[in-house]
Amino acid sequence: MAEIERVELTEKQAKARKGRSIALALLLVAFVVLVYAVTVIKIGPDILNRSL
Amino acid sequence: MAVTQNIEIKSSSSDVHLSEALAGDYFELLKPRVMSLVVFTAAVGLIVAPGYINPFIGMVAILCIAIGAGASGALNMWYDADIDAVMTRTRKRPIPSGRITKSEALGFGIGLSVFSTIFLGLATNWLAAGILAFTIVFYAVIYTMWLKRSTPQNIVIGGAAGAFPPMIGWAAVTGTVTIESIVLFAIIFLWTPPHFWALALFKEGDYEAVGVPMMPNVVGARKTKIQMLVYAVLTAIVGVLPTALGFAGLAYGIVSAALGLGFIWYTFKTYQMRDDDETMKPAKKLFGYSILYLFAIFGMLLIDRGIMLVVGGL
Repeated sequence: MAEIERVELTEKQAKARKGRSIALALLLVAFVVLVYAVTVIKIGPDILNRSL
Repeated sequence: MAVTQNIEIKSSSSDVHLSEALAGDYFELLKPRVMSLVVFTAAVGLIVAPGYINPFIGMVAILCIAIGAGASGALNMWYDADIDAVMTRTRKRPIPSGRITKSEALGFGIGLSVFSTIFLGLATNWLAAGILAFTIVFYAVIYTMWLKRSTPQNIVIGGAAGAFPPMIGWAAVTGTVTIESIVLFAIIFLWTPPHFWALALFKEGDYEAVGVPMMPNVVGARKTKIQMLVYAVLTAIVGVLPTALGFAGLAYGIVSAALGLGFIWYTFKTYQMRDDDETMKPAKKLFGYSILYLFAIFGMLLIDRGIMLVVGGL
C-alpha cells in the first residue's frame, strides 16, 4: 500500500502563502508589461522589419 | 490497482518547514531605506548626464539599479544573519526573527542580482550593467564576506558599493565613465566614513559584541574622530567640484559649500565630544545631518540642472 504524505497548513501559513502568490502574480504581470514596453521602445518601428 | 493511504502531517511539526513569510518580509530583505538613497542618487546621475534617454527606459534603468541594490542587501542579510541576531539595530530583520530562512534569502538575492543586471544591460547598455554587477559583487563578497569582519577600513573601502549608483545612472545614458561621474562617486565615497563612524560611535557596544572591527573599537574614539574630520573636509571640497568643473552652476556651488561647511561643523562638534559622553548627542546629530547632506547635495544638483535649463531656454 503506497503512502502519500500530506501536510496540513495552519491558518497563518495558508494566509501567508496566498499573499506571496498574489504578490508573485502581480510581479509577473509587471515583468511582462516591462519586457513588452522596453522591446517596443528599443526596437520601435523596426519591430516589423524582419527577414522572413 | 494501487492502494494509497493519506498520512496527514501537521505543519507545526519540527521536521516540516512551511514558510509564514509575507511578501513584505521579502521586501524588507531589500533594505528599502538604503534603497531609497540608491534610487535617488542613481536618478540624479541619470538626469544630469549629458545626452538623451527615453524617460521610460530611464525609469527601467533606475528600477534595475534599485533591484540590484536590494539584491545585494538580501545577500548581506543572508551572510550576516549570525551577527544580525545579536545587534539591537538588526535583530528584528527577517532572517534573525525567523520569518525567512537563510537559503530563501540567498536564492532571492542571487535571482534578483542576475535579473537586474541582465535587464539593465538589455534596456540600456552593458557598461552600466557591468558596473551594477560589479557593485553587487563588491558589496556582497568584498565588503560583507571579507572586509566587514577583518579590517577597520571595512566601510571606507566598502563605501564604494554605495557610491556607484550615480555612476551607473550616468553610464546608462552616456555609455561611458567620465570625470563628472567619478566626482559624483567620490562625493558618496568620502561621505561614507563620517556617516558610518558616527553610527559606530553610539553603537560601539553592538559592534564590539559581535566582533566587527569598526574603527572606534579598534583605534579608539579619539583617532576615529580625527579621521572623520579629515573625510568631512574632503567631502566638502569634492562636494563643490561639480561647479568648479563646470557641470553644475553657481547656485549648486553656493548651496553645496554651505552644506559642506555644515557637515564639517557637525563632525567638529563630534570631534569635541568627550569620550565618556554617554548620550553621544553630537554623534547622533552628525548621523542625522549626514543623511540630510547627501539628499540635499544630490537634490541641489537636480534643482541646479532645472535652473540651467530654464536660464538656457530664455
